[in-house]
This record gives sequence, structure tokens and C-alpha cells, in this order.
Amino acid sequence: MSSVPLSWYLIVAALLFSIGAYGALARRNAIGILMGIELMLNAVNINLVAFWRYIEVTGLAGQLFAVIVITVAAAEAAVALALILAIYRTRDTVNVEEIDLLKW
Amino acid sequence: MAQINWAETIWLLGPELILTVGALVVLVLDFVREDDRGPLLPGLTLIALGGAFLLSFMYLGLDRTALFMFEVDNLTTFFRLLATGTSVLILLVSVDYVRSRSRHAGEFYSLLLWVTLAVILVAASSDLILLYLSFELLSITSYILVGWLRDEARSNEAAMKYLLYGAISSAVMLYGMSLLYGAAGSTRLEDIARTFSNPAVQVGTLDELVLPAVVLMLAGFGFKTSLVPFHQWAPDAYEGAPTPVTAFLSVGSKAAGFAVLIRVLLMALPMFQVDWAAVLVAFSILTMTLGNLVALVQTNMKRLLAYSSVAQAGYILMGLAAYVATDTSTLNGVAGVLLYLVAYLFTNLGAFIAVIAYEQATGSVAIADYAGMVRRAPWLAAALVVFFLSLAGIPPTAGFVGKLAVFGAAINAQLYYLAIIGVLNSVISVYYYFNVVRQMFFMPPPAEGDGRISYPQAMGLALTVSLVGTLLIGIYPQPFLDLANLGRQFLAMLPLA
Repeated sequence: MSSVPLSWYLIVAALLFSIGAYGALARRNAIGILMGIELMLNAVNINLVAFWRYIEVTGLAGQLFAVIVITVAAAEAAVALALILAIYRTRDTVNVEEIDLLKW
Repeated sequence: MAQINWAETIWLLGPELILTVGALVVLVLDFVREDDRGPLLPGLTLIALGGAFLLSFMYLGLDRTALFMFEVDNLTTFFRLLATGTSVLILLVSVDYVRSRSRHAGEFYSLLLWVTLAVILVAASSDLILLYLSFELLSITSYILVGWLRDEARSNEAAMKYLLYGAISSAVMLYGMSLLYGAAGSTRLEDIARTFSNPAVQVGTLDELVLPAVVLMLAGFGFKTSLVPFHQWAPDAYEGAPTPVTAFLSVGSKAAGFAVLIRVLLMALPMFQVDWAAVLVAFSILTMTLGNLVALVQTNMKRLLAYSSVAQAGYILMGLAAYVATDTSTLNGVAGVLLYLVAYLFTNLGAFIAVIAYEQATGSVAIADYAGMVRRAPWLAAALVVFFLSLAGIPPTAGFVGKLAVFGAAINAQLYYLAIIGVLNSVISVYYYFNVVRQMFFMPPPAEGDGRISYPQAMGLALTVSLVGTLLIGIYPQPFLDLANLGRQFLAMLPLA
């Protein structure tokens, strides 16, 4: 077993997740929000792979999970960017504060 | 690695395979020139959905069979019937809607099949990996469906808001799943439960990992079921989406959320019931109260139904919060949840079908434009009154039976205050439902548009089915009660029941 304890990985992941969550909540640009979400997903991947390395006795579930998360994140980003493009064409903005036709 | 029996595997996955093949074929046939294909695409979609629906009956009462991550048991069968049944009704009302709005019909029908498949997969997964994957399949197809009217600013905006909320909440849910994986060392729901029930493992020491994991996962599940405080997307997405899609979101995708809650909480985390039940009680109270209070001030029919469906999620959740494992009566919380979901399917879809029919004829979804509806479409208005009675939980309708089941479960579990808050909320809801009824019956129709309203036969058929279902469950609930109880039986087959 390597000398780096599991908790270090978990702390890095938690920090990365918090930075991503802050970005997703504080950014006004839709693309910025997406970048925050990607950071959150990457934090999850660090968690999964670290837990796989230190906790799971047999099997590859943790790695498999991380690969699937990466794939799904790409699919989600593709749909998100397509939607942002569609919005940009009709509204000429990607600032989420100006996208406010629907409220209450 | 065990030998795979292909014939049996294909048989067990029948409905899912039909839906998959159907979706691919529809997508390919979308290339056929529009003039040449006639009703080809909706016809094929109907065949795929109807075939999957009928085939699902064959699995009723089947013993639990696990195909690695995919669980074929009575709960899966229940959700197969629920998902395909919902989509058949939605297909019947969307044909006319789709034809009049956009050229991209093939995408719509194909996505409708995918989204139905996703609901079944979500309900059938017994492993966090497949659960996440199918959860995202459901989410991503829903985002595209909400934004399907891509030249319309409102549809785009709704899809974007839905996507941003959805992506954040699924990232949060995923973080919770990774913590749960770390605490248990496995992604299989059953193995997670087995680890926690092992006397050598002191559950108390895992609290700091498992409790945050549960709360984080509930954020993702709560998003799908539109529980307060994860409901903010619902009114916007419901209003902006094409109305048949709104109907699907409010029934199909919500049912998937409850399926996940049942699977994860009861299969993986029965040891922590004290903890999650308390959280669910709080969510339930918040959800029904806030949903009903905000619904009081709505002026748009789709938004009204959005907040009403938020409130309904609160009632449904009550059943799960009040689940008692030792109670085998029909008022067991999970059976209540399933029964309520069936009742809610017919009722809420019925209400949406009436709204779609009226929208197709008048082009409006403002509640003020429902004035004098009884003179313009008496049959439609009468049906809508029945659906509203059912949503408010007044006998002899399905909503009453569903509410009886979940409120009864709360009383059985000695959560009296929860049942009382539920009843008070039902009283509040009568006000806004009957405000619409007042518009329809006692207000004069607008001078310029007071002609009779006609709607296509397919819509009439879907409306009749919903109406019959709503009244049948209200008057003779036994078969549906049996179905809900059958769905609940998977619990007894778990190793740790």
C-alpha cells in the first residue's frame, strides 16, 4: 500500500467538489455553470477511484463507475451546449440572468 | 463468470428490447420523406409501446430474477406497466400536437420511446452504476424533449433551466453515491445492505460517511420527484415544455424518482431507516404545503398543474416516510405509494389530456381563458371536473383511494401529525382546483371565441381511458390494490427482509 493515506484523496475531492459547486452557483454565464458542474463530476471520479484503490477488496466497480461518469458527463455537455446554442440564436445571450421569460 | 443463458435473458428483457428496437427503427425511418410516410412513425411507436405494455403482463408474479445489475421482479413489472401505459396515453394525445408544431416528428417519437425505456431501467436497477446510468438516460432525454420546440424561446429556456438544475443535482447525487460506495465497498444495493447488517461492522461508526451520502443522494432523487426544496425547476420546465412532454414529466419521470427511492432506501439502507424516514417526513410536509400554497396564486394552467404535482409528490412521499417493514397489511407504506402512483397516472394524465385538447383548439393555457368552457366543450369540462375531484382526493375517485392508502399508512405508523397536515393540505387544494371549475362553469365565454370545440378521436380515446381508470379505481380498487401489493412483494424476497 502506498504511503499516501486515503483521506488525502478524499480531502482533495471534497475541495474540488466545493469549488465546482461554488462555480455552478455563482457564475452567471451558462458555460461557466457547466464548467462548475464538470468540476463536481471530476471530484466524484477522484472519490470513486480512491475508494476503489483503498476499500474495494475485489472487482472493478469503482473504476467502471468512474468511466461511466466520464462518458455520461460528455453526453450531458453535448446536450447542454446544443441547448445553449439554440438559446443564443433566439435570445442573443448566454447570461442566465437575462433568460427570464418563465417565472413564478 | 457464470454461463449466460441467452434465450432466457432475451425473454426477461423483452419489453426493454422492444422499446430499444422501436426507438432505433423510428429514428431511422424519420429519413423517409414526410409525404410518403403518412402515420408510419406514430403507428410504429404505438406498436412498440403497446407491445411492451402487453408483454409486461406476462411477468406478473414472476419470482425475482437478477440479471447482474438488472432486477426482474414484481416491482420492475409494476413500473414496466406504469411507464408503457403512461406513454401510450401520451402518444395518443401527441400525434395531433406534434403534427401541428414541428417537422421533427421522428425525434419526438423516438425520444418518447427512449424516455419510457429509461423509466423502466431506473426502476429495475439494483446497482448504483446502472442506477446512475439509467437516471442520466432519463434526464438527458427529458432535457431534449423539453427543448424539442427549438425555435420557441420558452421551450429553449425551460430546457436550459431543467438541464442546469438537473446536472447540478445529479452531480450532488453522484457525490453521495461515491461516499456510499466508499462506506460499503460495493455498488450493489444488496451487498451494501449486507455490509451494514454485518454485526462485525459497527453501523454507528459509519454514520459520518453514510448519513451525508443519504442526504446528498436524496437531493438527486428529490429533483426527479420534484420535492421541495428541489422543485424550482418544475414550474418553469412544465410551462415551457410541449404539453405532452409536461404530462410525461409529471407522471413518468416522477414515478421513476419514487422507484429509485424505494429501491435504494429499502434495498440498500434499511439499517438507516430511522435516519432517512425523519428526513422524508420533513420533505413530505414541506413539499405538500409549499406546493399547495403557491398553486393558489397561479394564473397559467400548466403552472397550476406543476405546483399541484409538486404537492402530490408530497402526499406520495408520505407513504414511504411511514413505511413499516413489519406491517404486511395493504396499508403498508410502499403499497400505498404504488397505489397512489397508479391513481395519479390516470388522474393527472387525464387533466393534462383535457388541457392539451383545449390548448389545441384555443391556443391558450391561461386559466382565464377557461371561462365558459362548459358551453364550448361540455364533455371535456365534465371530464376535467372529475380529474380535479380526484386530484383533490374526493370520493368516488382514484385520488381518494390513493390518499386513503398513504394517509392510512401514516396513521398506522403513528405519524398522526403527518396525516393531519396531509388532510389540511387537501382542503387547501380544493380551493384552487375549484377556482378553475368556477371559471369553466359560471363565467361567460369570451365574445369572440365561443364556438364549439372539437378534438381528434385519439385524444377522445385517451381521455376516455383516463376517465374510466380514475372512476374505476375510485369505485372498485381491488385489482389495482392487488397490483400494488404484488409490486411491494419484492421486499419479502430480499435476503435481509
